[in-house]
Amino acid sequence: MQDNAPLLQLSDIACARGGRVVLEGVSFSLRPGQGVALRGANGSGKTTLLRTIAGLQPPVSGTITCAEEGLAFASHADGLKGALTVSENLLFWATLHGQDGINAALSAFALSDLQDRRAANLSAGQKRRLGLARLLVTGRRIWILDEPTVSLDYAATQLFAQVVQAHLAKGGVALMATHIDLGFECQDLDLTTFQASRAVASEFDEAFA
Amino acid sequence: MIQIFARDVKLAFRSGGGFGLALVFFLIVVFLVPLGVGPSGNTLAVIAPGIIWVGALLACLLSLDRILTNDWEDGSLELLATSPIPLEAVILSKAAAHWITTGLPLAIAAPVLSVLLNMPSQGFFFLCISLLVGTPALSLIGAFGAALTLGVKRGGLLLSIIVLPLYVPTLIFGAEVASRGAGGQPIETPLLLLGAVTFGTLAALPFAAAAALRLSLR
Repeated sequence: MQDNAPLLQLSDIACARGGRVVLEGVSFSLRPGQGVALRGANGSGKTTLLRTIAGLQPPVSGTITCAEEGLAFASHADGLKGALTVSENLLFWATLHGQDGINAALSAFALSDLQDRRAANLSAGQKRRLGLARLLVTGRRIWILDEPTVSLDYAATQLFAQVVQAHLAKGGVALMATHIDLGFECQDLDLTTFQASRAVASEFDEAFA
Repeated sequence: MIQIFARDVKLAFRSGGGFGLALVFFLIVVFLVPLGVGPSGNTLAVIAPGIIWVGALLACLLSLDRILTNDWEDGSLELLATSPIPLEAVILSKAAAHWITTGLPLAIAAPVLSVLLNMPSQGFFFLCISLLVGTPALSLIGAFGAALTLGVKRGGLLLSIIVLPLYVPTLIFGAEVASRGAGGQPIETPLLLLGAVTFGTLAALPFAAAAALRLSLR
């Protein structure tokens, strides 16, 4: 495969939520080193599009081509276990993805001092940092991030921006739904132009038509 | 797979409730029966295998929603779905962890409890065997039910209604193995059928549960 081949390619994607198509005709591709910020008002379908790309729901139409290794997805929920410590949480995801070594991820998000603390005792911002540190231990190049900076303070947002920049510099890609300016060069993709509102034509209805 | 299994077992031990609860519930159910039926030893000996099996069934049911609900609520299930482990393997390791923390302790505790029910001592071994062979099916069927009812508010009751009828074959053959063993009769046929149910669920239900899970995650 060429070095500059797109890692993620969407062509003419339509996706639906609650039985209504919310976005249609979404096409773009992400090449190594590219970061894209999804913009759009609340309810414009950012999360729906990201979940579709992550493979959690099928698109109504169109095709998604994704690098064979798969992608790393970070949703609103961090997927942390309160009864496990910070390092145990991270180590679980690392071994699951066949990676070892969580120290780089811990220090990238300034979590090294908290590593023996139970995740249940972390603050919202610390939990979020731990959730984002998980991205680093997946070893995957495509990052799909849904509102990654929620509950992060200014310093932590800067940390996050640095981590994403380093990830892009290493040839990764990042697709983020975010409202804030992360302070680095990053393409904007406004979802307003893809808005749609029609009911999903289901095979169930066709069967009785 | 081993990581998911190890994590679930660790969580069950550490967050309390899960591990001990089913066992204590089992103990109480079995303990209540002699109080209700009366002290007649002969009556108790006859119904002992059935009571223990029904008790194990109910104790197992109690902890079923824990298999998936916690992971769904905190978002881990979505992240597991995007991980390199297929959902079928996720279900299988979660059911295995559930069995280790529920089915296995029940099987070990059952002979002790059967003393309470005046069960002949030659039946202890067979009771234990029947539970060891039968309870994995309870965990697998339960994981399937949990995947079906995931995201349904207060799905616990719905889960019981879906799962209990599916437990019937395991209950019939399991109790039959235990009572034949206690009566000194041959146990091959019911034991083989009990094993067949377990292997059947092992072969089919991880796929069914993963399919249900994919729909629930949408």
